[in-house]
Amino acid sequence: MGLLEVKHLNLHINGKHILRDVSLDIWKGHVHALVGTNGAGKSTLASAIMGLEGYRDVQGEILFNGERINDLSIDQRARRGITFGWQEPARYEGISVSDFVGAGILDKAKEKETVISDALQKVGLKPGDYLSRSVDETLSGGERKKIELASIIAMNPPFIMLDEPDSGIDVATLERMADAIKILKQNGTTVLLITHSLAVMRQADHAFLMCHGEIIEKNTADKIIPYFEQNCIPCEHKNRPDDKETREVIE
Amino acid sequence: MSQNQKLASEITDSAGIESDMFKRKDIAHLLIHHDKVVGMHAVDGLEITTKEIKDGVKIDLRLKKGTKIKHPVQMCFGMMPKTGVQRIVMNAVIEKDAHIDVLAHCTFPNAVDVKHLMDATLTLEENASYKYYERHIHSDKGGVQVVPKAKIHVGKHARYITDFELLKGRVGLIDIDYETFCEDKSTLEMNARINATHDDVVKIREIGHLDGEYSRGVLLSRVAVRDNAKAEVYSELTASAPYARGHVDCKEIVQDDGVVSAVPIVKVNHPKAHITHEASLGSVDSKQLQTLMARGLSEDDATDLIIQGLLR
Repeated sequence: MGLLEVKHLNLHINGKHILRDVSLDIWKGHVHALVGTNGAGKSTLASAIMGLEGYRDVQGEILFNGERINDLSIDQRARRGITFGWQEPARYEGISVSDFVGAGILDKAKEKETVISDALQKVGLKPGDYLSRSVDETLSGGERKKIELASIIAMNPPFIMLDEPDSGIDVATLERMADAIKILKQNGTTVLLITHSLAVMRQADHAFLMCHGEIIEKNTADKIIPYFEQNCIPCEHKNRPDDKETREVIE
Repeated sequence: MSQNQKLASEITDSAGIESDMFKRKDIAHLLIHHDKVVGMHAVDGLEITTKEIKDGVKIDLRLKKGTKIKHPVQMCFGMMPKTGVQRIVMNAVIEKDAHIDVLAHCTFPNAVDVKHLMDATLTLEENASYKYYERHIHSDKGGVQVVPKAKIHVGKHARYITDFELLKGRVGLIDIDYETFCEDKSTLEMNARINATHDDVVKIREIGHLDGEYSRGVLLSRVAVRDNAKAEVYSELTASAPYARGHVDCKEIVQDDGVVSAVPIVKVNHPKAHITHEASLGSVDSKQLQTLMARGLSEDDATDLIIQGLLR
């Protein structure tokens, strides 16, 4: 039994069939990649697992630790141990990095300030330079991405989904993100990376290949990567849904 | 302890100010309880004269040319009784090259039916600087009406900043009406941050005239309304000279049955002037909310954190 089990999941948005009979198991302590070209439905599936607004009305089952979580709210799912990192993190006027990173600390026994500082260091940020700054537009996209990851590390949940962790960041930051993901894995955290980047896929043990809202292949990452490289990237354009409306919904 | 000392102690305690502050010779202060001046101390270059009037005090404040006050002047306007009117009439002149920061504590912790009326005129001469931070502490009964009106003239190269914040208690009624006139290369910044609940009413009317070349102005409001509270924000900024630059920024969050209207008016009367505006009204941003909920915060706690940030 996986830590997270998705069984025959279907999702319709605006009358369009976006997720099509998706089933997968996420294994405890492993890093997984949800792979596919733009518009394949990867982010939609992660949003449905997190229970985000607009993605909750699914058919099928989502089980976490054997418990059906379909009817739980986002925060209830988070308190069960699931969290999500956005491709483009939100900005917050007036909320300090310290407050944001510390917001989700589940382990109340630990000293909060220490957990926050440790998390920032793990993503390569000096706490003294960031703790009192606001999580707003004065931070670069890369800095906000690292701070979001720090907030997830501070929360320390059993299961993390990261949507396009490499988008909008430079090479040095990408290396730092990869290091942080390795640390998560070493700590026994289960990770799902949503990506179409080969560099990110290479960090995974297992991979699921999505296309047109379906899982078309499940295997070890080292088997999926060459397939994706040879087949999916070249056909990205012809493989996309033809009608504009469906493309807009899933993108 | 004299009656004045007792009243001074009551209002400063309610405002959460350390009493040692008022023993220091290098920090100026003015303490007014209802219509009585219960404490006053000036520093070199600062002249404060007061006159008790019906239900209030008239204040003349003058900062002499070139004086730069090191520590913020502590002002405290308060009323401990549950009912009454406090009227403050202030005329302030900041002379050429003089700089002053004022921290005004307005405290009405027991108010059931209290009116605090302020009528101010402020003149900043050339290259003067005046920063006025107004911090309110109200009762949780909503029985306070705060009605400040001010006309401000900001001279050449002068800098005027005002920041209004309700720290504790309920708004009741706040009706702000400020109008500012800015000369060449002067700077204006008006900020208001208010959290309204129950049946509170917030009215903000801020007007800035960027009349001088290279003058700068920002009008910023952050208002959160919940329950049945109402807010009306009128922000008007006019640029009438070459290279005058300004920005109007209204961000208001509405929860429950609260109602907000924001009217940002920007006028440009010169082809080389430029003003921008940004207004955002409505519920808490969905992505901000869902991110915090994905960290385990309840919807209410996440909303509170977002609103606290906005009002900070």
